[in-house]
Amino acid sequence: MSRVPLPYGPRILELFRNPKNAGAMEDATVSAMAGSPICGDVIAIYLKIGEGDVIEKATFESYGCAANIATASILTEMVKGKTLREAWEITWRDVAEELGGLPSIKFHCGTLAVGALRRAIRAYYEKRGKPPWLPEEATLEEKQALEAERMGEILSRRMGGGDVERSPR
Amino acid sequence: MYKYHGVIGFGVAMFSIEELLKMHGEAEREVYLDLENSAPVAPEVLEAMLPYFSEKAYGNPSITHKPGWMAYDVIQRALENFRRWLGASKAEEINFTPGETEANNLALIGAAQGNKRKGKRIVISAIEPLSILHVAEHILKPLGFDVVKIPVDEEGFINLDALDEVVNGETILVSLSAVNHEIGTIQPLREAVELVKDRRPEAVFHTDASDAYGRIPLDVGRLGVDMATVSSYKILGPRGIAALYVREGVEVERLLEGQLGTQRLWPGVENVPLIVGFQKASELIFKDFDGKTYHMRRLRDRLMDGVLNSISGALLNGPREERAPDNVNISFLGCEGEALTIELSLRGVYVSSGSACTRRLLQPSHVLTAIGRRPEEAHGSILMKVSWLHSDEDVDYVLRVLPEAVERLRGLSPLKEG
Repeated sequence: MSRVPLPYGPRILELFRNPKNAGAMEDATVSAMAGSPICGDVIAIYLKIGEGDVIEKATFESYGCAANIATASILTEMVKGKTLREAWEITWRDVAEELGGLPSIKFHCGTLAVGALRRAIRAYYEKRGKPPWLPEEATLEEKQALEAERMGEILSRRMGGGDVERSPR
Repeated sequence: MYKYHGVIGFGVAMFSIEELLKMHGEAEREVYLDLENSAPVAPEVLEAMLPYFSEKAYGNPSITHKPGWMAYDVIQRALENFRRWLGASKAEEINFTPGETEANNLALIGAAQGNKRKGKRIVISAIEPLSILHVAEHILKPLGFDVVKIPVDEEGFINLDALDEVVNGETILVSLSAVNHEIGTIQPLREAVELVKDRRPEAVFHTDASDAYGRIPLDVGRLGVDMATVSSYKILGPRGIAALYVREGVEVERLLEGQLGTQRLWPGVENVPLIVGFQKASELIFKDFDGKTYHMRRLRDRLMDGVLNSISGALLNGPREERAPDNVNISFLGCEGEALTIELSLRGVYVSSGSACTRRLLQPSHVLTAIGRRPEEAHGSILMKVSWLHSDEDVDYVLRVLPEAVERLRGLSPLKEG
């Protein structure tokens, strides 16, 4: 219940101030969103996928705290040029390390960003057939994203939250 | 140098606050509006306090020597001044405590314990500060007291019908803030006191008047309250000092035991420099109460109207009329409050937010949800308080910077305004 101020690392603050790859992507091959406005955390990931399932371009949108914006932004940097299989292997811990650390209370920002990315990757293979390396079962980050959304629904029902229109396809 | 050890993945990250502060750079102007959570002291207050740290009246007022008698004299004068400013009948009814939190704990726990023979019911509202709410729920309830919370309407006004219903023959204590600390609602306190006293004359009526003191007329005698908390830093006095008025005859037990000095309800050595500072901050306001509060109200209106007129999807939290002259609380839809406080901090404007994120709690401000704000509305709320030290130029700067900040964050969001 404490209110200790978040000592964000300089990398987080820099990405918050000057985020890389911000904005929706008009010609995205695939996009996905994770989180709930009721909880105050939503991340959308847009991917442009080229030959050999290589990510040519990635962008993000974020409604959330400074860490939320920074994790989404760094993740779009990390996946650029990677194959989808390589991108799938990125965990929330990798994202946290890339940011130079994430306060423990903000771990969920990392899981949400990775959750959105993995949803986008799954969506991509939905039409094309699931490759053998893609697990059937939801991973930790995907489960956490679902958990956040479920909590949002519960809060919404309890406190009378309304519908919020969403932009990604 | 303070370092934060944030445990990540496979190691420990070291965040340096110094690096973080360096990134702020030089803001064009700095405007501090987070008077809810702390405040700088007014220059006159600092000047008044300084000699009392090591030049004079540094003795213990209970000891028979010159520095002690000097301290005793300072405290007696201060008690008399506070008696006058609060409308109390006797100086002994004023008790200094080390803050609003301590005063509220003393009032609630002390009066509950002192009156437990008479009944078990304690009545508060849903929007009390945490030093009332948590004390009632986490200390008094487990002790066997029957804590009842009355609801408020969408502007934060207490429901007097609900109050009428819950005050019964078992009621020993009612605690309702005079002005809400987050949304500035000025409560119909006199009606509430009359109603409670009419139903149950034995019930002790406490009010946390920390957001009323020095901003709206407050007279404990005329209001008929039995106890009132007033705090120092919210009127540009020092932190670490507050006062609890306890009407003579009201039974209140001490929370702490130790060497009693001039303060019947709070043992320990009196903090003379802070008492002098609190007194000076009060004096500065009360010698020109109308002028100072008019100035605050004018700046508040400029800020409030300026923001509401220039930014779409902005909702005023709390009433427009019957609102404290210093309080501005606005929700920005599609904009998360923690990000907004940081964005504004980088531009030299310091505010707080009711977002779950800045509070380290899973839920947003209990005040905003109690007045019916949806969680996503509460997440985007910003609380600003103006003081008599603020200027029109400060408001101009905020009105320039705030729309840019909201626009930038909304531009990053995948959500459209609902």
